[in-house]
Order: sequence, then structure tokens, then C-alpha cells
Amino acid sequence: MSDIIEKIAPNLWAYRARFGQSVRETCLLFIIPGVISFFLGMLLGVILTITRKGGIKENKVVFRILDAFVNVFRAIPFVILLIFLIPFTRAIVKTAIGVKGAIIPLVFGTVPFFSRQVETALANVDEGKIEAARSMGSGTFGLIFRVYLHEAVPELARVTTITAISLVGLTTMAGAVGAGGIGSFAINYGQGQHYQDIVNVCVIVLLIGVCIIQAIGSFVAKKTTNRAFIQKTYKKID
Amino acid sequence: MIELENLSKTFKIKDGLVKALVDVSLSINEGERYGVIGYSGAGKSTLVRCINFLEMPDSGSVTIDGKRMEIENGVLYSLKNGEKKKMSEKELNKMRSSIGMIFQHFNLLDRSTVFENIAYPLKYTGKSKKEISDKVFNLLELVGLVDKANAYPSQLSGGQKQRVAIARALANDPKILLSDEATSALDPDATESIIKLLKDLNKKLGITVVLITHEMSVIKSFCERVAVMEDGKVVEEGRVQEIFASPQAPITKRFVSSTSSLSKIKDLIKADSPLIKPQEGESDLYKLVFDTKVNSPVISEVSRKFDVDFNIILANVEVVADATIGAMIVKIRGEESAIKAALDFLKESNIRIEEVPGV
Repeated sequence: MSDIIEKIAPNLWAYRARFGQSVRETCLLFIIPGVISFFLGMLLGVILTITRKGGIKENKVVFRILDAFVNVFRAIPFVILLIFLIPFTRAIVKTAIGVKGAIIPLVFGTVPFFSRQVETALANVDEGKIEAARSMGSGTFGLIFRVYLHEAVPELARVTTITAISLVGLTTMAGAVGAGGIGSFAINYGQGQHYQDIVNVCVIVLLIGVCIIQAIGSFVAKKTTNRAFIQKTYKKID
Repeated sequence: MIELENLSKTFKIKDGLVKALVDVSLSINEGERYGVIGYSGAGKSTLVRCINFLEMPDSGSVTIDGKRMEIENGVLYSLKNGEKKKMSEKELNKMRSSIGMIFQHFNLLDRSTVFENIAYPLKYTGKSKKEISDKVFNLLELVGLVDKANAYPSQLSGGQKQRVAIARALANDPKILLSDEATSALDPDATESIIKLLKDLNKKLGITVVLITHEMSVIKSFCERVAVMEDGKVVEEGRVQEIFASPQAPITKRFVSSTSSLSKIKDLIKADSPLIKPQEGESDLYKLVFDTKVNSPVISEVSRKFDVDFNIILANVEVVADATIGAMIVKIRGEESAIKAALDFLKESNIRIEEVPGV
């Protein structure tokens, strides 16, 4: 096996330790900001949904502020956002490079995008279901967790997949400004030293990653449409 | 059971105001099957939503089961021992959970099974798993869907979905059930079976049902009393059989005629049909309206007594709220004086006679 890799991609083989390190870094750059963004984006998306006009907790001030925040950060190109946030990142985590320094810009790049997607997913939940739950006495938390989030699961799985794939793209860009990962490996070792085999393998590895994410997302979405992911069976208790 | 007094509600829309409710007052008795009918936009949906405050009226008062609530400038106050207090969201939610409601589009949770849908209002109320399970299966028995406990709504027909919605609405043993166009999305068979189910529940549980619809046939087969709404106002109110027998407001007349085959006379007139043209020795068209008080074979009696013949063009006799109501459109053949005497006799026999316009 190693013979074959050595033959096809000799330069990659020479830098294999560095390459393994890059893959690990990319995984960290994906997972840490991904998990943080998932919860922050979900929270923001829910707040946007319930505070908008006609929402269950209509609040003009909160909605306008969050709406503006999301719009502004979605409008800034990510490479610019990376540079723009350097002072802020330094102040918070004491460094602007490496995996640690990339977490904050990646979160800022992902949350606004994801919260909009969440908002759209929740907007697709039928108003009638909300009304029925209100008629049964559900309060704000009940409506959010038992109706909005519960009914939107397949749609949320879809938008999470889209966001996760875009986050993979962002991690490679963060790599370009010193965060490490496959992105910087491809640029510094592949493109920088004209080792095309390194670039090719980086593309293949990223492609496989994206395919896995897409497959999981599609599976979950399909498994949760008009049914629960794990179905419980109820029998009469005697 | 339900007293609505001077309810008003105005919606702001882009180019102005819409008065959805204008000073509406209604009184609905315990255990009654009450109907509200009107065309879309008449305010009937808003009215029923004001009973459980899914829609907050601008002003007025609502009394449910002796508990009086007043609304001023869209703020809800409860009155206890003459003391007026702003109602908290928690109190409001509690009050809502004691009133069941069903909807046109069922509004079931698609990702929950039938069992879970019905258990929705029972969860987080401190009930044990067994209590919830017992209650859900009792309700499923009541609506005849025990075998569907573990099915998802997407696997059910419209009528079955509405049965699940009814079971869910009854989970907290409400004294009141609100039905917002609950049969409007169903085919005629399913409509009939849902109406029958609601009637059974009303009799079995003594539950007060307030039903909104735009279909007079639903009112006819289900309700004891009815309010007719137009432009946010109740234009007519009373016992269903009386409304059917002698509708007063123009809109009520339209609703009543919509369920009667007598409305075909308009088509006959329009088509200038020879059926309705008086032949020699025949009178013009008359509409004979039979109220509940008529129960002798009056037509044949008149025919024999005055030597006249009735040519019945259209007839419609129906059972409304357990009383027979009917009307027919006839031409009468005979001597002119005999026709006049026959008509007078019919009037004395409590039959209302109307001329049919447009002939």
C-alpha cells in the first residue's frame, strides 16, 4: 500500500507526517467552530423567528439588532473578515494564529449564515401547528422545543449539511492566514513547491470529507421526514 | 357557559383598518351545539379565537363557566370576587388548555405518531406514563382509532386525521370544544362521520360545542342554535329550525336557499322554461312554506274542498334540528275564485304563501 502511494504521490509521501498533522488540524478547525456555531446559530435563528413581526414573542428592538448583525457579517467576505477580526481574536484568546486563533473568525463566518438557514427552516413550520399548540396551552418554550424545532428536524438537517460543507471551505481559507490544516498544506507544500501531487491529494481528501457530510445529512433528513428518527411504539398498559 | 359581551376587534392592514368584530354579544348555553355561519371574512374565525384568546379582542368581556374576563385596549384582566387583575401568560395558558379546539387543516404534528399527538397536551402536566397511556387509549377508543396508535399522520385519511385532532382536543377533559371549519377540508362522507362523532361526544360527554362553518348543511345537521355573521356583526341569531323556516336577514336567506333544491327555480326562470309558464286556467307560481306547526294533509284537503289541482314544480322537505320544515313551488289550476279561496284556506292552516318573483 505504502509502495503504491510512494509511486503515485512521491512528494506527499515525503511530507506524510506534515500531511497527517494537517488533516488533524482541519478536523479540529471543522469540529470546534462547527459545534459552537451549531448552537449559537440555532439560538440566533430561533430568536429571529420568534421576535419577528407576527412571531410568538414579537420584539422589534431585539429583532432589528440581531437582523442587522446577521446581515452585516454575512456581507463581509470571509478573507476580509479574518483580517478584520484579528485584534478581537487576540484580545479574547491571546493569539490570532493556529487552530486557536481561527476558531473565532470561523464562528463569525458561520453563525450568521447558519442562523438565516435555521430561520428559513423554522418559517416552513406550518403556522397552524403553532396555533394548535397555543390552543392547548403551550408557552413559549413548549412552542419552540415541542413544535418549531421538533417539526423542522428534517429541514434543519438539510441546512446543517449545507452550512457544514461551507464551513469546510472556510477552514481552508483560514489555513491561508496561518491556521494550519489541509488548506495551508496545499498552498505551502503543494502550490509553493510546485508539487502537483500534493494539491491533487488535498482535493481528493476534501472531496471525500464533503461527500461523507452530505451523505450523513441526506440520510438524517430522509429518516426524519414525517416520522421520528427512532420510532417508539406504544401499547396499552394493563 | 360562554358569554361574549361587546367584543370588538380591528386589524391594521397595509391600507387601513379591517373591523373583524363589531360589538358582538352572544350567549351559549352549557351542553349546547352552537353554530356560527358566515362567508369568509365575516369575522367568524376571529370570534371563535376570541373565546380562547388565540386572538386578543380590543375590548369587551368573555365569561367562561362563570369566570369573567374583561379586555381593555387589548389587555386581558380577570375578575375574581370583584377584584380586577391583569391576567398572566401562565394563567392564560392554563385557561386555554381547558378549552379544546379543532381546525380545518387538523394541525397535527407530522413527526409524531397518533399516540404522541394525543399525548401532547398531557405531557409535562405531572401525569404518570400509565395515566397518560390510559387516557390516550381511552380517547382513541372514543374516536375509533385504537389500531392507529402508532401510525403517523401522513398515513391517515383526512377524516382519520380530524378524529385524532378531536381526541387531542379532548385530552384535558374540556367542557368546551371549538371547531374552526373542521369539516371544510373533508369529503362529504368524512364530513358526515365527523359531524356524527361530534354529536355523539356532545351527548355522551355533555360538552358544549361551538362550530364555525360556511356550509349551511353542516349547521342543519349539527347545531341547535346558530348565529349568522356578516362584516363582523351578528345579523341574525336563534334556533336553527326557526332560522331555516323564516330567515330574516338577506344573507341568511342566501344561506338557507343554498341548501334547498327550491333555489333551482331561479335557473328555470332564467332559462325561461315552459315548466313555469302558467297555462290556461292556471295561476302564477306560489311558494308554500310549511313550518313545524303543519301536520295535516293540507294539500289534498284543499284540492278536494275547492276543486283545484296543484301542479308541484319543486318541493323540498327537510328535517332540521328534529323538526320537519318544507316548502314547495306550485301552480294552481282551477276557477279564479276557487284559487283565491284555496290560498286563503292555506294561510289559515299556518302555511306561509310567498309570490315567486321574476316570473
